[in-house]
Parts: sequence; structure tokens; C-alpha cells
Amino acid sequence: MAKINQKMKYAIQINSSPNYSNNGKTAYHFIKAALEMNHQIFRIFFYQDGIYHAFRHATPSDDEFNITQKWSELAREHQIDLVVCISAAQRRGLLHTDEATRQNKQDNDLAEGFRISGLGQLVEATLEADCFMVF
Amino acid sequence: MKKYLFALRSAPHSGCVVQEMLDVVLSTAAFEQQVSLLLLDEAVFAIKNNQQPERHQGKDTAAIFSALEIYDVNDIYVEVESLQERGLIIDDLSLSVHKVQRNKIADLMKQYDIVFPG
Repeated sequence: MAKINQKMKYAIQINSSPNYSNNGKTAYHFIKAALEMNHQIFRIFFYQDGIYHAFRHATPSDDEFNITQKWSELAREHQIDLVVCISAAQRRGLLHTDEATRQNKQDNDLAEGFRISGLGQLVEATLEADCFMVF
Repeated sequence: MKKYLFALRSAPHSGCVVQEMLDVVLSTAAFEQQVSLLLLDEAVFAIKNNQQPERHQGKDTAAIFSALEIYDVNDIYVEVESLQERGLIIDDLSLSVHKVQRNKIADLMKQYDIVFPG
């Protein structure tokens, strides 16, 4: 077990829906705390219903926590790699511009700061990181 | 190389959870890492014999799991109590597995670098 003052490199996977679970919010607060303590977040990989965190047009009420916006801010402020699994995304109707065009559909569904890629990025993250956590 | 233990708990035939977890298992094995599986709770049904998935447009999950050995995923652990609680015996399973008692699960997990919940 690593000592608490040792700098750690984390890989995070988020599998939970933003609307049917608080796990994403817990992950967000964990990541904020880890960054404040100067730990490194190597990558956040969105999989299964976790891909719903990445929908550009999610529009919760003004008095609700807009987690998609929070992820985008986090990516902007800390250059964190937010990766959305392509097969999980397509299965649920989240298409970025390239894929939408290819399928004769319109629009870019992917929120700012996220990118689409494959499961290899998840495996690479688990190999690179000192610690891997799933929310 | 790292040692991965995929601890699966979800029932098969409930959405695409099992399929998506298997995709991770196969991707990890394709990176030539050491991969083992642990089936707990409802996940023990995933390798049950005699599934009839065509009735609900599903796929036989036991058949999909049998492809794992092509990827050198040979160690499949099943929790004994999870089988007992569901009235299953080893002969109901389509693959050869290692049986593990519930009180030995923690020891098993300690042998791995990454325990991947799913």
C-alpha cells in the first residue's frame, strides 16, 4: 500500500449513469481532492452507462449539478484526458461528428473536453497507473 | 505485465452489462496480460448450461464465455456459496472452474494487481 504523502498516478473508470446513480459525483469529488493533493489523474474512461456523462446537450435545471459541465471544466483546468468508449457510446446513440457523418446523421453529441476512443485506452490506463478505481 | 481479476456480479441477460464486461476482459487479454475471472452472486448464471436465449432475442452467454480460452483466459473462479444460494451445482456449469469458499475470496483477490469489478 502506498504512503499517503506519495504522489500517485490514478486511472479512473466511470460506469454509472449520471441520473440513476451518485457514483459519478463521488468520482468527481474524489478526483478534485486527489488533484488538490498533487496526485496525477492519468485518464478518466467513461464506459457502460457512464457514457451518459459525455452528452453535450444534457440540460439539467439551473438549480441542479451539471456534471457534464464539471467534467469539461476539469479537463480544461487540469488537462485531464476524458475518454469515452466508442462502442458503448454508439450503442447508446452518442456520436461525435465523424461517426455521425459516416452514419448519415447530424450533429456532434460529445461535450467539450471529451474524446472518443476504444477499450485499448482503458487497458493502457490500468497498465500505466499506480491505482485503478471504478465508479 | 499485470495480473487482473475480473470480479463479475451481474446477472446475464440483463441489458448489455455482461457483453460490455467481456469486451474489457478480451481487450485486456489481447494486451497479453494475465487475466482471471471470478463469478459471484448472479454472475454464476452466466456459464449455466442449457440456456434458451433465442426466446428473448438474447445470446447464449455460456457459449461466449467458452471462447475465453482462445485468449488464454483459463482460470475461472466461482464462489461456492453463490452457487449454493441459487440451487446450482458444478454440473450445471458449462466450463471447468475453480471453486472458492466465500471466506477465501479476499485471499484470492490479494494475489492480483488489479481487481476489476463488473
